[in-house]
Amino acid sequence: MTLTSTERPPTNAVARLTGQFFRSRETGILAALVIVIAVTTIVNPTFLFSSDGFRDLLLTPSILILIAVGQAMVIITRSVDLSVGSVVGLTAYLAGRLFIDVPGIPIIAVFLIAVAGGALLGLVNGLLVAYGKVPALVITLGTLYAYRGINVLWTGSNRINSSDMPKAFLGLGTQTLLFIPSLTIIALVVVLAAGWYLRNKRGGRELYAIGSDPDAAELYGLRVPRRIVTAFVLSGALAGLAGILFAARYGTTNSQTGTGLELQAVGAAVIGGVAIFGGSGTVYGAAIGAVLLLTINRALPILGIQDFWQQAVVGALIIGAIVLDRLLALRLSRKLTSERQVSHD
Amino acid sequence: MTMSPNSPAPAALELRGVAKSFGAVVALASADLRLEMNSIHALVGENGAGKSTLVKIVAGLYQRDAGDFLLRGESVDFTSTAQAKAAGIAVIYQEPTLFPDLSVTENIFMGRQPTDRYGRIDRRAMKAEASQIFERLAVHMDLDRPAEGLSIADQQLIEIAKAISLDARVLIMDEPTAALSGVEVDRLFAVARSLRDEGRGIVFISHRFDEVFALSDTITVMRDGRYISTDAITDVTEDEIVRRMVGRDITELFPKEEAVIGDVLLQVDDISSTGVFSNVSFSVRSGEIVALAGLVGAGRSEIARAVFGVDGYDSGTVTLGGRRVPRHNPAAAMTLGLALVPEDRRKQGLILESSVARNATLSIRTKLSRFGFITSRAENAAARIWATRLQVKSSALDTLAGTLSGGNQQKVVLGKWLATEPTVLIIDEPTRGIDVGTKAEVHRLLSDLAGRGLGILMISSELPEVLGMADRVLVVREGRITAEIARADATAESVMFAATHAEEPVR
Repeated sequence: MTLTSTERPPTNAVARLTGQFFRSRETGILAALVIVIAVTTIVNPTFLFSSDGFRDLLLTPSILILIAVGQAMVIITRSVDLSVGSVVGLTAYLAGRLFIDVPGIPIIAVFLIAVAGGALLGLVNGLLVAYGKVPALVITLGTLYAYRGINVLWTGSNRINSSDMPKAFLGLGTQTLLFIPSLTIIALVVVLAAGWYLRNKRGGRELYAIGSDPDAAELYGLRVPRRIVTAFVLSGALAGLAGILFAARYGTTNSQTGTGLELQAVGAAVIGGVAIFGGSGTVYGAAIGAVLLLTINRALPILGIQDFWQQAVVGALIIGAIVLDRLLALRLSRKLTSERQVSHD
Repeated sequence: MTMSPNSPAPAALELRGVAKSFGAVVALASADLRLEMNSIHALVGENGAGKSTLVKIVAGLYQRDAGDFLLRGESVDFTSTAQAKAAGIAVIYQEPTLFPDLSVTENIFMGRQPTDRYGRIDRRAMKAEASQIFERLAVHMDLDRPAEGLSIADQQLIEIAKAISLDARVLIMDEPTAALSGVEVDRLFAVARSLRDEGRGIVFISHRFDEVFALSDTITVMRDGRYISTDAITDVTEDEIVRRMVGRDITELFPKEEAVIGDVLLQVDDISSTGVFSNVSFSVRSGEIVALAGLVGAGRSEIARAVFGVDGYDSGTVTLGGRRVPRHNPAAAMTLGLALVPEDRRKQGLILESSVARNATLSIRTKLSRFGFITSRAENAAARIWATRLQVKSSALDTLAGTLSGGNQQKVVLGKWLATEPTVLIIDEPTRGIDVGTKAEVHRLLSDLAGRGLGILMISSELPEVLGMADRVLVVREGRITAEIARADATAESVMFAATHAEEPVR
């Protein structure tokens, strides 16, 4: 897992980059992840050293990574998207329905429709937040229930089972390529693409600017509403992608699919160092946060920790991450201020 | 001016008869300004003379109601800040707005970063241009550090760098030096001069005359939203400018009646708050109205808030009637007999969605309640006493406070505080936003209260009010009391001079 170092090719300033690597927020999360994996593996070597163990390690968090990346982009603009769990549910069911209702439909077409459907649901969120000027927390809490309601209305007590979906499609959910699950490869590609966009495109940088100071963004003449809509559309599209992959991976979907994923996604982003008030953080961090969150969930039973405590540990992790961020921010701001005083004396 | 007189080149920026009103309030009646290229043009005037409104019109934030607005000889109408920016106008505000999380370089180029042919941001080119600009400004700046934690002076330099990278021909600096130290001011001035010599026009707004005279080529005076005069800086003296700024008849609109001045009620001893105000001492006696005069931002409201306990302070003591007022504890100050009527009554003084009666009795709710409950009868009875005494023009006590006029709102706030039976009343801008007729009423009320033995500390930016009402004027300048002027000696000129003029070299 060297997500952060694949970000840019090594240059002659290797020393500077390694320095940056050790200081960056993502490194800490990565270290925590490595420790969790190492300790659990010592207790039970099959956690990592078995073909299933290694595969599960990568496969389990893949779907959450996709949502966490979308969530990170939205949070960076100082919003939040609580509807993603419901979007996953809707698009997963949509995918299943398409296979049943349109026999012989190409798998790629179902993918495109699911992603577009997710993007459309995200567009609704984005338009309401950006032009309705209502806080995202309220809007997406509303659409969380509204989208779930549509799902329940449409699905009823139906359940789509693996027998309803083509084998090739279900294979996508579990097959591997060079020992790496294809789901993980998709997630990795998304993470790298989103990371590249946020770092290298004007649109990406403007998401940070908007989250850092919305008023300044207006004064700079940035197209604030448009960028916010973009972030929500991307979040919705990624939730759509997660939805169809959910159907492929678990081979079943009903009206409750994806419930609770939104909070896991917010948790993953926050643990990964995305500031909840926007303006800083990376999708790499959010992705590692997602892996850490789900890996801990799997590790705790192996370490003999009771069910009851597992939730508490996740909660402690999120609060710990926020406290750590706050402390780091305070330290940085004190350091920056004192540097300034030194340079002016 | 460096331009040859026989080629009447168009001015960089020209305003003629520009007017702007907000509802019934006239912010600008008729403003003129002619800014030449290659020149630094000072714009001076009292608080409320209309300078800020003028800047906002030029910046595209407001649209004028009437008059001409020409840029390099061509008429323009801006409907957004982006248009003004595109036309080459940059405004540097007293407190810049930057993105704290982003680097200095990104702050300069946000929204228009140089990109390569794949639309990818060319960080190297961006950084090279940024360092080139700072080199030209002869300023050292760490380009990769985030803007968070930068001093205001450095933030302004980033704004200037932004203006240069936009190739702005007109720069407007709205009180840029207010938060700067001496060295920083010198550096800013060096930058401003070099920008002028590159052929740009700069409008410099400041209250510090030493700086205005040191930096500017031309000076325009505004008063009450009108253009008064424009001169070459060498043709005028400070005294003349001050006279033009305040030069209006002080009508006897605000007479304070004679009251028996009694014992010291409020005694403030040497209070300081780092970076806000320092070594402030004064006293307020029974029956006396003491005015805190000075420019907006001089620290008057901050002093009042600290005395009352809304904000803390670092050292010094406040006593009321011989008893120590604890630091940072408004509830205790109220119990001891202090009352503070804040400046922004809509935000800090009233609950707009509640009735007049509820607002007027807000400060005595525990006194009115029996076993924790308040009957509307008790509430109305208490409110009626004050409503009648203050002549609040509201048909019913259940009218919502938000629907009242400014003057009546102010009376309700006053009633609320007077209900606590204070011995000293601190009142911040008692007549801001109140029409002339009601103003006189508020003044009569204050005078009446002083007559009953209350001590009043009044903060006011309106010179006529200060001169008419105050028994003593304390002038605050940059967080210090720089002058104490008795009623007999207080004139518009003497107060204005103390408020703008540094007796000692700046820091």
